Amino acid sequence: MKEQIEGIRKNATEEILNVKDAKELNDLKVKYLGKKGELTAVLRGMGGLSAEERPVIGSLVNVVRDELEKLIEEKENAFRTAEMEEKLAKEKIDITLPSNKIKRGSKHPLNRIIEEVEDLFVSMGYDVVDGPELETDEYCFERLNLPQGHPARDMQDSFYVTPEYLLRTQTSAVQAHVMMENEEKSPVRVICPGKVYRRDDDATHSHQFAQVEGLVIDKDISLADLKGTLEVFMKKMLGEKTQLRFRPSYFPFTEPSYEVDVTCFKCQRKRM
Amino acid sequence: MKLSTNFVKDYIDIDVDLKTLAEDMTKAGNEYDSAEKFINATNLVVGEVMECEMHPDSDHLHVCKVNVGKETLQIVCGAPNVRKGLKVIVALPGAVLPGDFRIKAGVIRGIESNGMLCSIAELGLDSKFLKPEDKEGIHELPIETPVGEDPIKLMGMEDGVIDFELTANRGDLLSVLGMAYEIGAIYDKKVKEVELSHSESNENINNNFKVEVNTENCSIFLAKKVENVVIKESPEFIKNRLMASGIRPINNVVDISNYVMLELGQPLHYYDADTLNGMLEVRMANEGEKLTTLDDIERTLSTEDIVISDGNKAIGLAGVMGGLETEITENTKNIIIESAIFDSVKIRKTSKEILRSEASTRFEKGLDANRTYMAIERSCNLLEKYADAKIVGGLVKYDTTNLEDTKIDITFEKINKVLGLKIEKEDILYVFRKLGFTYEVENEVVHVSVPKRRIDIEIAEDLIEEVGRIYGVDNIEGRLPALPLKEGSYNKTIRNIRNKMIDLGLNETLSYILVNDKEAVKYSTDIFEAIKLLDPMTEERNTLRYSMIPSLVKIYEYNKARNQKDVSIFEIGKGFYKKDDKFGENTKLCVLMTGERNSGLNTKQVDFYDIKGITEEILDYLGYNGRYSFMIKNLLPKEFHPYQTAEINVNNDIVGIVGKLHPEVQKDNVYVLEINLDKLLEKKTGKMKYKEISKFPSVKKDLAVIVEKDVTSEEIAKQIKKLAGNLLIGSKIFDVYTGTGIAENKKSIAYSLEFGTQERTLTDEEINTILEKIIEGLEKQGAEIRK
Repeated sequence: MKEQIEGIRKNATEEILNVKDAKELNDLKVKYLGKKGELTAVLRGMGGLSAEERPVIGSLVNVVRDELEKLIEEKENAFRTAEMEEKLAKEKIDITLPSNKIKRGSKHPLNRIIEEVEDLFVSMGYDVVDGPELETDEYCFERLNLPQGHPARDMQDSFYVTPEYLLRTQTSAVQAHVMMENEEKSPVRVICPGKVYRRDDDATHSHQFAQVEGLVIDKDISLADLKGTLEVFMKKMLGEKTQLRFRPSYFPFTEPSYEVDVTCFKCQRKRM
Repeated sequence: MKLSTNFVKDYIDIDVDLKTLAEDMTKAGNEYDSAEKFINATNLVVGEVMECEMHPDSDHLHVCKVNVGKETLQIVCGAPNVRKGLKVIVALPGAVLPGDFRIKAGVIRGIESNGMLCSIAELGLDSKFLKPEDKEGIHELPIETPVGEDPIKLMGMEDGVIDFELTANRGDLLSVLGMAYEIGAIYDKKVKEVELSHSESNENINNNFKVEVNTENCSIFLAKKVENVVIKESPEFIKNRLMASGIRPINNVVDISNYVMLELGQPLHYYDADTLNGMLEVRMANEGEKLTTLDDIERTLSTEDIVISDGNKAIGLAGVMGGLETEITENTKNIIIESAIFDSVKIRKTSKEILRSEASTRFEKGLDANRTYMAIERSCNLLEKYADAKIVGGLVKYDTTNLEDTKIDITFEKINKVLGLKIEKEDILYVFRKLGFTYEVENEVVHVSVPKRRIDIEIAEDLIEEVGRIYGVDNIEGRLPALPLKEGSYNKTIRNIRNKMIDLGLNETLSYILVNDKEAVKYSTDIFEAIKLLDPMTEERNTLRYSMIPSLVKIYEYNKARNQKDVSIFEIGKGFYKKDDKFGENTKLCVLMTGERNSGLNTKQVDFYDIKGITEEILDYLGYNGRYSFMIKNLLPKEFHPYQTAEINVNNDIVGIVGKLHPEVQKDNVYVLEINLDKLLEKKTGKMKYKEISKFPSVKKDLAVIVEKDVTSEEIAKQIKKLAGNLLIGSKIFDVYTGTGIAENKKSIAYSLEFGTQERTLTDEEINTILEKIIEGLEKQGAEIRK
């Protein structure tokens, strides 16, 4: 009987190792390990054995069974892997084809800058205020000390829609609104970014452009405060190395008036 | 204002180079455009043509031997007037002429040539100053000119010119004398006296000449008579200074009037006295009155123009230009000099409408009446000297002006407080002295007297500016205001909308608000009046937009013309309108989408549902979930596709429009959305609610409903909801089908309905009962259920 078991062991091992596909393997599993399999048959025939032989043969059968089961499982795994590999290979794609992109939108560069300016001033306690773009002559000029016939009106040739209304030439128009509305005469700290319109258009001028206006009203405010604030502003926008120069100038609505020159990236003086 | 440094040096002793002067003036607030030599040429020398022969290989070139002092050069010259014995301007090899024209030794048609003989034009003189002979040939120097010398110096043209861009308030700097005071204040130099001396006859002009001023727009009018002038060419220095200042020399008398204007800033007019009837009158023009000005153009005047009349008719446009009839000619013997001040606003208006001149520019900025007198005296001085004039005694005078200094009080403390500086009292007073202002100090107060030449200085703040300007604002140390800490505020909603739109894949644009008047009334059926510009620059941009759609369509068209077919853009901007005679403006959100939105192999063309999705996203984001619907309530604008467009209804009010542009407006499929944000944002929003996911499983059932094509999915959904009651917790359309199996005029809409409750699991029976109720209800209304 021992020889018979060894024979099964040898044949089964050989056949399992040479098996070609998963179905054949399953057939072998039935052939040797199934209920009617060869090894099972051996166990059944153990009734005729002596009490000494029975445990020896029994344990041998178990050893062989475990061995074959293990072998079959290994083989099964190999087939599964191969099958999966085949399946995946069929799914091969060209990974260099274009991707499906959900395009992101973009902020207009000018608005990016304006938001940056707003954030800076908001952090310094300024309120961002807005005013009409279609403005009255009164707020755009008269209240800013630019009466009819004032030569400085030349600098700001305007788009009038009636003798009284025009597209604002400067955000300073908002200054007058802010001051008029400030009835309790409390301190003021505002900026007003916005579109302004002037009647000239050439290679370097657009008839529509953006300005930022700043207004601070309080006691003990001096030019030094203005200069310091502009320094913070310009350094934030143009880099820490930026230097400022105040140059006396003339605006009818401020006294004293200055233009600010800043060093540009080429370190040349450039008008702001 | 072009300043000749030779000219200003008559009045102030300075020894600084041109660039330094220009920079120092800039620091004091007077910007300049350019600072250059009047004749910007190097290596020029006076030469004498010793020999002059025809070039063997040319019918117009000459080969000359030119003695330039140290040596004799062979120079080939093409000028027709070159000849032996001529004194000429030679540009030596190495010379650089204006326009970066470099002179090198070379060979011209086989003959060696070592330099160039120059014309005046080649020295860079403005073409308006050139005489006919200057254009035709080389310049001929006087025969006595010494060879080897610098010709520019000998011709009196060695001068530096700074072209200043002056601020509107500094009319005083439109004069050499004003510039001298300004430069004097910078360098602490004294300004010299103007030479005014002249002799006068015993006659008195008042005996046979009178002036009548019949308008309030003339504050001072002076008339002086000079006789027996000799008209000739002006001396070199007058001609050169006029040219350096940009004015063309004509003859000695005309030149002197211009010279005095440049010098003192007071425009003058010289009349041929023999063309007048013994009087001058200042009055406003009659409507439609005609006048032929010096430039031989007939002008039609209005009652806004000030004119000078001879008692009968206008003979001069006051402050702007004289008349042709009374002008100085070669035959003029006797002159009436007019020195006056006219209203700056009126002159400004006239010059804007008719013509801007050197004179009008000065009147517009305002003048000092002291100079009005001084200009008469200075004219007499120069006319006597350079036109052999006999000056008639007396002055015809009309004067309502105040010649007194302006008195302003200020404290030292205020100056430092405004400037943020700590300037010593003595330093402040030193600034006033440099400016030529006089003062008296009384404790902390300074009583300052400002001469009338500085008409721009009216209030204490003007003085503070002067101190800062001359002391130097570079000295101010910047600091941040010591103000209470607080958080600033800004319009978060607009910024949030912008960011949301970007998240949705749209690119932000910034377009012009000015559009064409035909475009401006499109894309809307709202009732409003388009706002047109009174004076547009182009027809293309002559009207303020109401809708932003025309602006975005323009951007789309620009892109399309450049083969960019996928455009997904948005903008938040203003739309303008006039209604019931009132102007208004609204902040609007506008979106335009066409082509493909995303990239890759499986993308699709944008359609109505994409832009509808954008609309819903933004409305949901702003809190209007469940409060809006898409409908067609009004007549749609004809620029939209009539069957692929909807109005956006929020809380039962239309706030915008979304849809496809009409194929006749845009051939390609272009979708737009516009929402009036001002209108939308004042609508009430819903509250955010917390809702738990049910612990009990829900059940999904599909239902396909066949209805007439015109029935909207929303109508059916509403019916289903009504019939199902509150156990229906979700309803989704997953298919819309037309075609085989469905009648021509019908469509099938498939719903996936979800039933459930927070309390328990629903039984099949319950759900089937509801389903039957739905089916029955829908069938009653004519729908058919697809089995």
